[in-house]
Amino acid sequence: MHLTTSTVGRKVLMAVTGLLLVGFIIVHLLGNLSIFAGTEAINIYAEKLHSLGPVVWIFRAVMLALFAVHITFGIQLSMENSTASPEAYAIKKRQITTFSAESMIYTGVILLVFVVYHLLHFTMHVVHTDATDAINTLVNGRPDVYSMVKLSFEKAFVSLVYIAAMFALFFHLGHGLSSFVQTLGFNNGPSQSKVIAVGKLVAVVFLIGYAMIPFVFLVGIK
Amino acid sequence: MNLTLHVWRQKGPQDKGKLETYQVKGVSEDQSFLEMLDDLNEDLIKGGKDPVAFDHDCREGICGMCSQVINGKAHGGQERTTVCQLHMRSFNDGDEIFIEPWRARAFPIQKDLIVDRNALEVVMQSGGYTSCHTGGVADGNAILIPKPDADYAMDAAECIGCGACVASCPNSSAMLYTSAKVAQLAVLPQGKGEAKARVKNMTEAMLDEGFGNCTNHYECQEACPKGINVKFIAKLNREYMKSMV
Ligand code: HEM
Ligand code: SF4
Ligand code: FES
Repeated sequence: MHLTTSTVGRKVLMAVTGLLLVGFIIVHLLGNLSIFAGTEAINIYAEKLHSLGPVVWIFRAVMLALFAVHITFGIQLSMENSTASPEAYAIKKRQITTFSAESMIYTGVILLVFVVYHLLHFTMHVVHTDATDAINTLVNGRPDVYSMVKLSFEKAFVSLVYIAAMFALFFHLGHGLSSFVQTLGFNNGPSQSKVIAVGKLVAVVFLIGYAMIPFVFLVGIK
Repeated sequence: MNLTLHVWRQKGPQDKGKLETYQVKGVSEDQSFLEMLDDLNEDLIKGGKDPVAFDHDCREGICGMCSQVINGKAHGGQERTTVCQLHMRSFNDGDEIFIEPWRARAFPIQKDLIVDRNALEVVMQSGGYTSCHTGGVADGNAILIPKPDADYAMDAAECIGCGACVASCPNSSAMLYTSAKVAQLAVLPQGKGEAKARVKNMTEAMLDEGFGNCTNHYECQEACPKGINVKFIAKLNREYMKSMV
C-alpha cells in the first residue's frame, strides 16, 4: 500500500498516531492531576477507570496499535535518513534546526523504555513492590492508589527517573507538536513561526504538569 | 587580503579524498568567491599542480551549477545568495575558509567539489511536466490564471535546482526541491490533470534516488538561494493526501 511505503504517507501516519498519543497524554495528565484534589480523588478516579471493564481493554489495544505504528515508522524513517546522509561535513553549521528535532529518535526510544517501566510499575505492580503493595490495602473500600504513588515518588530514584522521562517527552513534543502541523499540510508560510512557538509552549505545559507530580512527593510538599 | 583555504580534494569517485590547505594572497574584496578560486587555480597550474575542480556556469545566480559548502553552510550562508554571487567582501583578512562539496548519498562526488546531481533530474523527469498539446503559439489569454495563483506558482518556480536544500538537510532529503515543482504545477490549470500521479511519482522517485525523508528541520529554507519556503512542502503533503482519496 502506498501509504505505508511512501515518504509522505509514512510521515502522515506518524503525525496522526503522534497526535492521537498527544490526545492520550492530555487525558492522562488531567486524570493524574486529581492527585492534588486530596487523598480520595485519585482512588475514586482509578476505581471508575477499572469499572469500565472491556472498554479498558479496547483502549489498551488501540494504544498498543498507535505505539506500534508510530515506533515502526519512526525507526524505519530514521534508518533510511541516516543511510541517505552517510558522510559528515568537516564543518557543518546547523542554522535553524533544534536539539529537539535532531534527537527525535533518541527521545522516542527513551519514551518507549519509560512506558514499559511505567507499566511494570503502576499498572502491573512488579517493580518497586514495597511501594506498590499499598494498592492491596483498601481505603473506604477502594484500592489505595494514592499511597502507592506517594510511597513510590518518595524514593529519589523513582522520582528522578520519572522527571527525566518527562524531559524526554518535552524535547520530543518540542519538535513533534509543530512538526505534525507541517506534515498534515497546515502551513501557509506566515503561520509557521507561530505554530512553532505554540508547540514549544504546549510542550512546556506538559513538562510542568507531569513532572510536578513526582516533584511534590520527592521534596515532601505532599 | 590573505586567506587560508581548506579545500576538499578528491581525485575521482572512488578516491577517499581529504581537505588540503592553501594560502591565497592579495584577494580583492570585489572579487567573487569563484574568481578567488580561479586565482588559486592559476597558481596551482603554474606550480604544475592539479587545479581544484568546481562546478559553475552562469556566474549570475540563475543556473544552479555552483555548489559548495563554505564554512559549514551551503552557498556560504548569505541570504538568497549562490556561491557565484558571494563576494570576498564578506570575509576578512586572515580568515580560514573550509570549502566542501555537497554531501549526500544521492550526490556522488565526481572530483574535488563537483558532485553528480543527476538524481534531481530523475525526480524532475518522473513528474515535473504537463503533457498537453501545444500546437502553434497559443493566445496569451486563452487560459486565465488568477493573479495570486500565478504569483504562487512563480515563487515556487524560482527554484534553480542547485541542490543546496539537500546539502544542508540533516536527512539529505530533496523535499524542498520536489515540493517546489509539485506546488508550482498543482496551482496552475495546466498542471491539475496530472496532479495526483505527479505527487506520487515525484516523491517515489525522490526515495528511489537515495534522498532521505523530510522531518521538518527547515534547514533547506535557510540554505536556499532562491528563498523557496517550506510552505511548499506543506502543499506537497496536502497534494499527496488529496491523491489518496
Ligand atoms: C515511544 C516511542 C516513540 C518513538 C520511537 C518516537 C519516534 C518519533 C520520531 C522518529 C518522530 C519523527 C521525527 C520528526 O518528524 O522529526 C516522531 C514524531 C512525533 N512523535 Fe514520536 N515517538 C515515540 C513516542 C511518542 C509519544 C509517546 C508521543 C506523544 C506523546 C509522540 C508524539 C510525536 C509527534 C506529535 C510527532 C510529530 C509527527 C510529525 O513529525 O509529523 N511520540 N516520533
Ligand atoms: S529549492 Fe532552493 S536550495 Fe533546493 S534546489 Fe531549488 S533553489 Fe536550490
Ligand atoms: S554559477 Fe550559475 S548560479 Fe552560480
